[in-house]
Amino acid sequence: MTIEELDQIALSVRQENAKYDYEVNVCMDLACASQGAGLLRDELVKAAEASGKKVLVRRTGCMGPCSSGPLVRVDPEEQHYHHVTANYAEAIVAGLGGKPVPELQCDLNDHFDGQVRVVLENAGHIDPEKIDDYISRDGYKALLTVLTEMTPNGVIHRITESGLRGRGGGGYPTGLKWSTVAKATGDVKYVVCNGDEGDPGAFMDRSVMEGDPHRVIEGMAIAAYAIGASKGYIYVRAEYPVAVARLTTALREARRRGLLGSNLCGTPFSFDVEIRLGAGAFVCGEETALIASIEGRRGTPKPRPPYPAVSGLWGKPTLLNNVETYANIAPIVRNGGKWFANMGSERSKGTKVFALTGKITNTGLVEVPMGIKLREIIETIGGGVPGGHKFKAVQTGGPSGGCIPADMLDLGVSYDALMKVGSIMGSGGMIVMDDTSCMVNVARFFIEFCMTESCGKCIPCRAGTAQMFTLLTRICNGVGTMDDLALLEDLCVTVKETSLCGLGQTAPNPVLSTLKYFRDEYLEHINHKRCPAGVCNIQAPVEVLA
Amino acid sequence: MSPEIDVKTLIIDEQEVSGLRGQTILEVARENDIDIPTLCHMDGLSDVGACRLCLVEIKGSNKLLPACVATIYEGMEVSTNTGRLQQHRRTILELLFAERNHVCAVCVANGHCELQSLAQQQGVTHVRLPYRNPELGVDASHERFTVDHNRCILCTRCVRVCAEVEGAHIWDVMGRGINSVVITDLHQDWGSSACTRCGKCVQVCPTGALFDKSKVGSDHPKYPDFLTLLNQMREAQ
Repeated sequence: MTIEELDQIALSVRQENAKYDYEVNVCMDLACASQGAGLLRDELVKAAEASGKKVLVRRTGCMGPCSSGPLVRVDPEEQHYHHVTANYAEAIVAGLGGKPVPELQCDLNDHFDGQVRVVLENAGHIDPEKIDDYISRDGYKALLTVLTEMTPNGVIHRITESGLRGRGGGGYPTGLKWSTVAKATGDVKYVVCNGDEGDPGAFMDRSVMEGDPHRVIEGMAIAAYAIGASKGYIYVRAEYPVAVARLTTALREARRRGLLGSNLCGTPFSFDVEIRLGAGAFVCGEETALIASIEGRRGTPKPRPPYPAVSGLWGKPTLLNNVETYANIAPIVRNGGKWFANMGSERSKGTKVFALTGKITNTGLVEVPMGIKLREIIETIGGGVPGGHKFKAVQTGGPSGGCIPADMLDLGVSYDALMKVGSIMGSGGMIVMDDTSCMVNVARFFIEFCMTESCGKCIPCRAGTAQMFTLLTRICNGVGTMDDLALLEDLCVTVKETSLCGLGQTAPNPVLSTLKYFRDEYLEHINHKRCPAGVCNIQAPVEVLA
Repeated sequence: MSPEIDVKTLIIDEQEVSGLRGQTILEVARENDIDIPTLCHMDGLSDVGACRLCLVEIKGSNKLLPACVATIYEGMEVSTNTGRLQQHRRTILELLFAERNHVCAVCVANGHCELQSLAQQQGVTHVRLPYRNPELGVDASHERFTVDHNRCILCTRCVRVCAEVEGAHIWDVMGRGINSVVITDLHQDWGSSACTRCGKCVQVCPTGALFDKSKVGSDHPKYPDFLTLLNQMREAQ
């Protein structure tokens, strides 16, 4: 495969698409598919055939606003339809080129206008199972350019220049990581993609893997060239069967097109990728546990150093990045590091995909430039809190993150700013809570999650999270005391400072942040046996009659 | 060409000490009679850094490092016994006592138990945390030994000695988090497992979780020192 051949494919796809007057894109991501998008697509195909119009019905990955699903976008008008059911198929086709269907029309301008799409640039525009669709949108161009025109160091330089930081949560500078692995001595090196997304309420990586799988593969191949690896692994959790299927198809197609395999593009560079399935352990998102799991061992973390960059998979230097990090690579290579660095805030560059969930009007995926105010994400793009309720807090970073209260909504989203207020960027889950959420109960939920997901290797995380859960349950049940609260705070410090891996070290964050900003709710539970949000089921003390 | 300097000098608890490159903080400290409490560490076995009792403070870093796996470097300044560390060690020991059913008075290892000794040494006079009192079993199916899960602290010394020294890998860990337990083979009875009956796991077990049936009451000292000797003899061969 050469760049000319790539252009030829892109051209033929465009010529094929030009035969149609209209494109009807149906979102077939999980949220839409579960509400009947599959049937809708079949009906649309039938209706299109019956009408005699030249209509291309295309299934696509996630378009974003999942709560409006099933979603349909009609091009070239860029008309969005929401909550579409199969019986509207004929009406939609009939409306093509004429008046749009009034009852399905929705105004998502505010939702889309505030976003900048880099990782999700193809979402909603390509069929994830067709490699040619991806190629027609400049896919694999970056890889071939890199192979034929750039040195490995040049690639690393470009990534460093972009200021990209790891999107898995830690925010480690990607360029620095790549250059460390590139410098590590060893004949065999590996590239690993972490697709073990496990935070409650986070689904960014799933959407990328399902909606645009080739983007991840291309990013990995570029990384492999830069660090000198010829073998890659994508570690995906088995709970993402669609992602696994799409990736499998994508790998097969890429091999067929000669974009994976031996001597790519006639160069000495060879690269192939294997998929490894996770067996449902959150801790396997931690890099050393993930490596152990790929090797076929029990997924437990190891003390670092040695870091995977020096001794990773089977003891070889290993580059481990998150799905979203790899998804950023191709656009950076195509458009240059400076282009990327121009977006975002001073120390957090580019864009970030967030999964908006909870008490918010537009739940779903959004991609925003770093540095954007939380208020803008929640009130403008997210459409605010529905049902006339009052916004109370937003939880970022999943079980490792913290809750940010209403008076901090003008905070600009960046790795450092979120860390400063006691939360973290995390992988991008954003859970919005309103006045019907009890913050003690929220803290208890996350600690329960960490308790059940702890691997059990180190004592503070194994026994500490279990004790914290017991204490929080007592407080929620109205039987907690001020001594329990003091003990809880003590445990938070020990678990945070002494746990072996990131899971334990960050597990107390939801408790610490709610204690910091919503201490009055804890005190209300303890001193007045009352849950201000009315969530906790506190039994009134039984009066004993003499 | 001058030979590479392999000796590093560092300060541990205000004492100037030296060690070879690649040595851990724990090794150097113990060579110099500086005691750092450990539980999962055992001379002669690989280190896992799981018990977190050997955490030490390094000057210039807020992060605590496990002395059993952290290697020394030139000019390092280590504190092994600060107030912050003592506090953490006591809490970790309390967590262990509250996690399962540790009743010293009726334990076969009473008086010879590393957990008990550590608690005394670290000044754990009482446990503030609520006891969890889990329901756990005792497997006495083996002809010579018994495993009492109530007393297990999941240090995984038995797992490591069986896999690394005996080469049998009968022991492993099942389940996760608070529900983890050590198992023999694929969760079969110890008695019907492929156990070689060498008894190394019993000798390295720090508590009364693994014990010899022929010993009763508190008459159960353990002799884990054999491991170092064994390893030395193997290396000599």
